[in-house]
This record gives sequence, structure tokens and C-alpha cells, in this order.
Amino acid sequence: MITRFLWQGVDRKLRWFIALVLAAGIVPVLLNLFTPPGSALHVPAWALQLVGKYLCYAALALAVDLVWGYCGILTLGHAAFFALGGYCMGMYLMRQIGSRGVYGNPILPDFMVFLNYKELPWFWRGFDHFWFAAPMIVIVPSVLALALGWFAFRSRVTGVYLSIITQAMTFALMLAFFRNDTGLGGNNGMTDFKDILGFPVQADGTRAALYLASALMLALFLLIAGAIVGSRFGKALTAVRDAESRMRFLGYRVEGYKLFVFVLSAAMAGIAGALYVPQVGIINPSEFAPGNSIEAVLWVAVGGRGTLIGPVIGAVLVNWAKTYLTGALPEVWLFALGGLFIAVTLFLPRGVVGLWAQLKAGRERSRRVAPA
Amino acid sequence: MSAPRSTSALLYLSGVTVSFDGFKALNNLSLLVEPGEMRAIIGPNGAGKTTMMDVVTGKTRPDEGEVVFDGQADLTRLDEADIATLGIGRKFQKPTVFENHTVRDNLLLALAGQRSWYRLLTAAPTRAENDRLEEILAVIRMRPQQHMSAARLSHGQKQWLEIGMLLAQDPKLLLVDEPVAGMTDVETETTAQVLREINKSHSVVVVEHDMSFVRALGVKVTVLHEGSMLAEGTLDQVSADPRVVEVYLGR
Amino acid sequence: MTPSRVLTGMVSLITALALAGAAVAGDLGTLVVNLTTGGFGDRETAINALAASGEPRAAPILEALGAGRLYVRPADKAVVIGKAQGNQLDLTDALTGKPAGTASEDALQRVRINNRLRGVIDDAVGSLTLLSPDPRMRRSAADSLFKQRSPSALPAVEHALAAEKDAGIKRAFAEARASIILASNDASKAQKLEAISVIRGRGDRDAMGFLQAAASSSDADIKAAATAAAGSLNQTLAVWEAAQNVWYGISLGSVLLLAAIGLAITFGTMGVINMAHGEMVMLGAYTTFVVQQVILAYAPGLFDASIVIALPLAFLVAGVIGVLIERSVIRFLYGRPLDTLLATWGLSLVLQQAVRTIFGPTNREVRAPSWMSGSFLVGQIDVTYGRLWIVVFALLVFAVLILVLRKTPLGLHMRAVTQNRPMAAAMGIRTPRVDALTFGLGSGIAGLAGVALSQIDNVSPNLGQGYIIDSFMVVVFGGVGNLFGTLLGATALGIANKFLEPYAGAVLGKILVLVFIILFIQRRPRGMFALKGRAVE
Repeated sequence: MITRFLWQGVDRKLRWFIALVLAAGIVPVLLNLFTPPGSALHVPAWALQLVGKYLCYAALALAVDLVWGYCGILTLGHAAFFALGGYCMGMYLMRQIGSRGVYGNPILPDFMVFLNYKELPWFWRGFDHFWFAAPMIVIVPSVLALALGWFAFRSRVTGVYLSIITQAMTFALMLAFFRNDTGLGGNNGMTDFKDILGFPVQADGTRAALYLASALMLALFLLIAGAIVGSRFGKALTAVRDAESRMRFLGYRVEGYKLFVFVLSAAMAGIAGALYVPQVGIINPSEFAPGNSIEAVLWVAVGGRGTLIGPVIGAVLVNWAKTYLTGALPEVWLFALGGLFIAVTLFLPRGVVGLWAQLKAGRERSRRVAPA
Repeated sequence: MSAPRSTSALLYLSGVTVSFDGFKALNNLSLLVEPGEMRAIIGPNGAGKTTMMDVVTGKTRPDEGEVVFDGQADLTRLDEADIATLGIGRKFQKPTVFENHTVRDNLLLALAGQRSWYRLLTAAPTRAENDRLEEILAVIRMRPQQHMSAARLSHGQKQWLEIGMLLAQDPKLLLVDEPVAGMTDVETETTAQVLREINKSHSVVVVEHDMSFVRALGVKVTVLHEGSMLAEGTLDQVSADPRVVEVYLGR
Repeated sequence: MTPSRVLTGMVSLITALALAGAAVAGDLGTLVVNLTTGGFGDRETAINALAASGEPRAAPILEALGAGRLYVRPADKAVVIGKAQGNQLDLTDALTGKPAGTASEDALQRVRINNRLRGVIDDAVGSLTLLSPDPRMRRSAADSLFKQRSPSALPAVEHALAAEKDAGIKRAFAEARASIILASNDASKAQKLEAISVIRGRGDRDAMGFLQAAASSSDADIKAAATAAAGSLNQTLAVWEAAQNVWYGISLGSVLLLAAIGLAITFGTMGVINMAHGEMVMLGAYTTFVVQQVILAYAPGLFDASIVIALPLAFLVAGVIGVLIERSVIRFLYGRPLDTLLATWGLSLVLQQAVRTIFGPTNREVRAPSWMSGSFLVGQIDVTYGRLWIVVFALLVFAVLILVLRKTPLGLHMRAVTQNRPMAAAMGIRTPRVDALTFGLGSGIAGLAGVALSQIDNVSPNLGQGYIIDSFMVVVFGGVGNLFGTLLGATALGIANKFLEPYAGAVLGKILVLVFIILFIQRRPRGMFALKGRAVE
């Protein structure tokens, strides 16, 4: 039944795209493992790590798009869910260090020894087990989203007010995580990870596996999102986006729809964050910075909101440009990013994917007008 | 609050008062609509017509008064979705259809029945639902356009689609807000016919400015003024009422 | 300074004072020349004589002598005070206090003193101020004696107390006397009990400390009296502390108000989410910086006016940029608030980077003019002039804005466009122009805020980012479209923040306030003073 559910809404274009994502996940890994380092076909581990990061961003963008593009909720706090998932993973990875830390304490992570903690805070219990940390990666962001969404949607906070609330939420979390007293590493966050599931994080094989996992995650998210969007639920969801009060007068309990998508999207963001952390090797409170959430919205806008392919393309494009520009022309990057925000909202409201569709429609029309 | 009075009326408003920052949009309004009835509500601007609709559909909560539907349901305690599920439909002045959806999807969304989000995640339209959709598409003569997105429909087609959605919703009571605003005489006449047709199986409350349209409907008329009922009766009776004349013409 | 030496100093001072009436003290010139001649013993006499003279110049001369900055110029035998200025000394005539040219140290003869004399000078300067003709000097001398509590100063204090005419300073001397008595070993019990009540009457934190110390006295009566006085004083101080927090809160609230009020216009009346609002504040702060640099370079005399000069310029700079932004970006996005939000965020990044490129990423210093530095006490509330001016300024901006909105044609047009755009356009109001000016006005006010914030915050490209979320919170909390709501919202949030801080710490306090607002918006999505009715839809 679940497979039927997953496949029913996924149209042909999306199937091709998912296949593409899977291929992008598998082929480089094979090239990394089975070609010699000098070969022209060899994909170095650092490239896998870099693109793996983009794939995590793409998954975050997809999560943002699900609430913004399909339900009209402009969330400016999704990086918070991403970071929370990342912190859950970070806590697991910290516990895996064991006595290999600088201070050699078998229980307490280095920063706790440094801050004179005598014992592990209660919320660290269990994070030494992956079977505990893994569900937490989903549960922690979901519960926060559920709590925020429950109150906000029930009291009909909409539009910019909701955006401001989500922004304030991530801002408050950032402040909280910057505190040393919060017990999560303060402004240094967590880093110097050693093992994940018993494999050394830095090893090429682990990196390849993490990259593959990121691609699989993105493919799965696309499948789930496609199924939801294509279902009758999806039709109701876009109807809520376009005319919320009309849906109420038709007898739909709009809050339920919004809440489900919001929580699902937060869970997706959390998983993406959890895969992101071992690949970049650090998690710190700046991930909660309000600007990060807004940037994630930009990826969606650039790619094309309200499409499933758009956010993936947007996230990869923008982040690739960021990697390039911050390295080559660091002064220019913020001008480019700022300009992109303005340009996309003014000239490309439907993003790259929309532009593509527009061009195609235009070509077809001209073909029809001028028959050969 | 006392238990709602048992009544045979389909819609029962008693002593309803709504104020916005001291301004009384509805002032001790009472109104009865019988099952199967069609009622026209007229009144000058600011008489409280739209606020009355808002109160009945749960968009606005009254400060005082009773609103009872179908003899038992206390509408003052329910929200829009509950009230819609009970069987009250509302048509807005401006046709509001879901522009990004196809005609068929618009009707499917309106179709009486499944509303809960977790069921709709997996439910495919049943055969009965598909049959009903075909039926309505035939009635509103839009089968050829059923896969067209609603945004591409003409103004008149949107009006028809919205009527189709109301049929799909199949409410016991239909509230219609200024259906002929901005229409030509011919369109106005057609709309009156359609409403009379719908009235055969549904109760209808029409709010309207346009006197000729109200005359064409030929139903009992309630005149609102400053949030309360000024007069009630046939159009000729209320037109003869000096108070009504003064409200509309005087000053 | 040992007590015995102070005592000697005091005693000799009293003697000198007694003599001063009879003996011909001589003119200031003689007294000063005496300082520079004779042995150390003679100089001691001369110091005391000068201290007893009551001359206003006595204090600076003695201070210079103590600091080794008193010189004799061999050329004309003039006594001068030197102040190092590069290799040279800037000279002041000791007698008149007027500039007396410059000289290198080699060309002057330093008036030498030894350690013993240094002690004598310290005492003389300290006591001198007790009798200084300047009331502020006497007051600060009394306060420092109150805190020092050295028993040897008692005779001098009592003398000064008897001579004092000003009621307020007289009380200060009485308190100093009480403080000394309470600390001394030879005062009687009755004296001490009386002292306790005098100290209680002073009612500040220092008094609290002395009373608490006295509460551990071995004498049961003194102990009881001091404990009771400390207890009642504690309550008084708690009230003062609350009042102090209210003041801090009002001060923070005024900053929030300044930052938010421009936003209240653009968001409240135009429905435009301007995420670049903080950058307008930042531009105002940088304008102040530039104005101050120019003034320091070309007209240092105008330095104290630099902030005032910066005000209209900051308004213009931010306002013009605001109009440009409205004309080039925002006008295409009306009715799409979420897109406006993204576009203006982009603008904020561009503005930040532009400023970073021009001025560099580091903090720039904007100095406070003299009339904005320093502080004073209101009861037990410590008020800094800088903060006070910012509160005054915020209220002034608010009042002017209300006037502009209510009394000018622009205000009338703005309100008309806010309420019914098509109708306003139909009546011949040029709505695009009104939009641009409204946005310019909101931005200009943000620029004004920047001038004020340059005084209390780091002037850096990130200055604005710190205020944007707070500003939105204030506007939303107060109720959109209601300027008085913004005023109340800013004050309430400022005070709430400052009251939470002592219990929760600054950061946690801020988090709590944010969480509170998030919950508040759920309860009342349109703020404290929301408009009701159909017009809202």
C-alpha cells in the first residue's frame, strides 16, 4: 500500500528526475572507489564531500518548498530544524569520541570538561547509541514544529506574521545555543568527530557512504513529496495556499493540512541536517542564524517554488556559486547573493524551472504561429 | 448560555449583536428561515448584510444572541469548517474558484464527503464520487473544459463552476452574497432562474442590492437597516413601508 | 596616608585657619613664592598657609606641586604649572591660570618635595576642598569623607559643618560626621545611635554597607538599631533598584522605539516588510561617523555639535536611499508581501557589503560630545546623559512624526492611501509619490535612529541586523498600524527585558521575551491595539 501511495502521484518527469538523483548518487561513488586516484575518471573524496553538502541543502530546500511552495507558509526558520537534526547527530558523534578527546574523559565531551561539568546533562542520555539518536533526529525538530504550528495555525497566524514568528524562533534558538550553560558546546559547537557507526568519519570510504546516503535521502524525499503533492491531500493543500478561507467554507479543517506538512517538512530538514554534520565535520550555533533560513528560501525561489525539481536545482546552483565566489571573489559574494534575491523576486517569480517552461511554451507558440 | 431553543426553522437568529470598536454592525437582529424557503435580504450599505453572513458561517462570533441551525446546532460555538460540514454553503460576491486547479479538481474539492487530511493522503476518488462529478459537469455544461485550469476560464464560466461547486457541496442552506453585482440584465435573469432551480432542493438566503433582481426572484424579503430588521414581507409590501422608503431615499 | 599624618595635617590646618583671620596671609603671590623657597620645613608651613587662604587657585597649585609639575622659570622667576606636550611643556601661570607659553623641561626649575611633604600636600588638598568656595567641590569632599571614615578627619568635618551655609551640603557633612563616629572607637553609645539614624536618612548603598557592618556590633542596642535601620533601608533600596530597572527599561525601550518607529510606518501603513530597515539605521550611524570625521579634520571647534549636524544629514541619506529603493524595487512588489520580504533582505545584504567595502569590516568609533557624557543621580537612580538624551530624542521623533501624520498634507495623503488606495487615487492623490515619500520618511527616521545608536552601539556593517528582529517584534506586539501601540510596545518590551535580566541573565532574558512574543502573537495575532472589523481583511 505504501509503495502504491508513493508511486501514484509521481509523474513521469519526476520519476526521471529521481532516477537522475540516484545516478548522481551512485556513479561518483563507484568512480571514487574503483578508479585509481590518478585516472581522469577518478572522483576525489573532497568532491564527494562538497556535493554531499549540496545534496543536504537540496533536501532542506525541498522541505522549505513543501511548506512555502505548496502551502503558502513562508517559513523563515527552517534552518533551525536543519540545525536541530544536526545537533542530534553531533551529540551522537561527540559521544562516539569516548576517551580519545583532548582531556581523555570517557564520558564527558571535551567542552564539558573545559566548562567544569561534573556529569552529563540529562538530555545527553542515550545519545551514545545510534538507535536512540536516529529517531531523535526526526523527533526533536518535529516536536518543535508541532508545538509552534499547533498554536500558530489554530490561532490563524498567517502570512508575514508567521514568517516573523519563525524568524524569531530561530533567532531565540541561536541565542540559546550560543550560551555555554545550554550544555551543547556554546559558540564553538561540536567538532573533532572520530567515528560514525564504528567507521572513521574522515576515511574516504565513510565519505563515499555518507554521500550515497545523502543522495538516497534526497531521492526518498522527492518520492514522498511527489506522492503527497499528487494525492487528493496535495490538491487540498494547494487549494489552502490559494484560497484558505474558501477551503474553510467548504468544510476543510485547514489547520490539519498545514500542521501535517509543516511537521513533515521539519522532520525532513532535521534528517538533512543530520547527514550534513558528519560531512562538514562541525555543528555550531551559527547554523541557526536568521540569514541561513532566508537563504534556504532563496534556493527555492531561484529554482522555482511550487515545483519539486526547482528547489533541488536552486540549492545546488546557488551553493555551487557560493563555493566558487567566496573562494575566488569573496567581496563580490554578498553583492551577488543580495542581487539574486532582488532579481529573482522581480524578474523570475517562478524560478529557473518556470523560466524553462516559459521558454518552451514560447517556442511552441512560435512554431504554431509560423508553420513550415 | 442557555441551551438553544428547539425550533422548526432551518435557520434561527435571535437577538444577535456584533460590535466592532463600539460600532454595532448587528444590533439585536432576529431572523427565521424555514426549510425549503428562499429569502432575499436587502438593505443599504452598512446595514449589516455581510456581517450577518459572517455570523452564520462562523467567520465572526456574535457578542450576544442565538444562532441555531436545523433546530439543534448552536452555530455560535462552531467554526467555519464545522458549519460547512453541517450543511451551510456560501457563495461569495466575487467568484472564488481555485485558479491553479482544473475544473474537475475544483469540483472534487467541493464534493460533499471526505474532508480529513489523513484520509485524503491515500484516498483515490471512489466510483460514486466520479459519477457525481460527471453528473455535475453535465449540469453546468463544462465537461469539455474539465481538465482546463480554472484560471483560464472566462468570468461567466467561473460563475458556473462556482455554482457547480455549490451543487457538489450539496448544502442544506445556501448563502449567496450579491450574485448579480456587475452583471448584464440577461445574465441577471439567468442567475435568478438558476437560483430558483437550486431552491427546489435547497434552502437559499440571497443578499442583494439590486431591486429588479429581487423582484425577479419573487420571494419573501427582509430589509435590514443599521444592523436590525426594519421590515419583512413581499417586495411590494416592504416597498410600501414608509420607513423603508425613507431609508433608501430619504435623509 | 596614615591617620597620624592626616591628623597632623588637619591640626596644622586648623591652626592655620585660626591664624588666618589675624595674621596677614599676604597675597597669593607671596604665598606661592613661599612654596618655592626655604627648606622642607618652611615649605610645609607655606603649604598649610596656602591651603588656609581660601584662594580658588590654591587647589590646582597644590595639586601640581604634589604631582611634581610646579616649576619656577628662571628667566622671570614666575611660578608656572607644566603639562607635557610632546618634548615641550605647556606652561600655565600658577597665579592666574592663564597660558604662559611653552618651554623645555631643562629650561625650568622644578619645585622639589619629599615624601613627607607629599603627605602634607595630600591632606591639605583634601581638607582644602571642604572649605572650597565651589559648592560642588565641598559636596564631593563630604562624600569622599563619608566613605573614607578616617577618625582623624573628624575635627575638620565638624569645623566645615559649622561653617556650611548650604542646607544640602550641610547634611552631607553631617552624614560624613555620622559615618566617622559610627566607625570610631571612642564615640559614645548615644552618639553612635544618633549616627545610625543619620546614616539611615542618607539611604544609599554605601549607607547600607555601613549599617550592615554596625549590625555586627557587640553592643546590643547598637546592634538592634543598626539591624532595624538596615532592614528598612533594604526595602527602600529595593524600590530604588526597581526604579533603576524601570529607567534602564525605558532607556532600552527608547532605543527599540527609535529602531522600530520607521518600520511601523513602512510596515504598518504600507504593508511593506522592509528587511533592509536595519541597514537604514546602519547608514544613519555611518553618516554620523563621516560627519564627525569631517568636523574633526576641518572644524574641531564644532565637535560638540557634530551629532546635531549629523541628524538632518542622516535623515536625508537614509531617506533618499529609501526613496530610491521604493522606486526601483518595492513598487513592483506591492501586494506580494512575502516577495517584498525576500527582495529587501537581498537589499540589506547589498547595503551591508557596500558599507563593508567602503569603510572596512571593523567597528568605527563615533565619539560622544561632552554634553552626552557623564551621569547624575536621581535619588538612587544612576542616569547617564547619553541615555537620557536618547530617551528625549526618541520621544521627540515620535511626537514630530505624530504631528507630521496628523497635521501635514503628506500625512493626510498617507492616511488616505492607507485606508483606500483606489479611492485616494480617484480623488487625485498621486499614490506612487505618496508611497515613495512614505517609504522615504520611514527610512529617514531609521537614519535618525542610527545617529542615536551610534552613541551606544558599535558602528559596524552589522549594526542593523541586531535590531531588525527586535523592531518587528515591537511593531507586531504593539499592533500594526498604530504608532501609540509601537510606543507602548517598545517601552513594555524594554522594561520586561531589563526586569528579566537580573533573574535570567541577559541572553536568557531576551530569549524569554522572544518566546513570550511568539506566544502573544498566537493569542492576539494583530497585536495589543489591533484594529477590528471588516476593514482589516
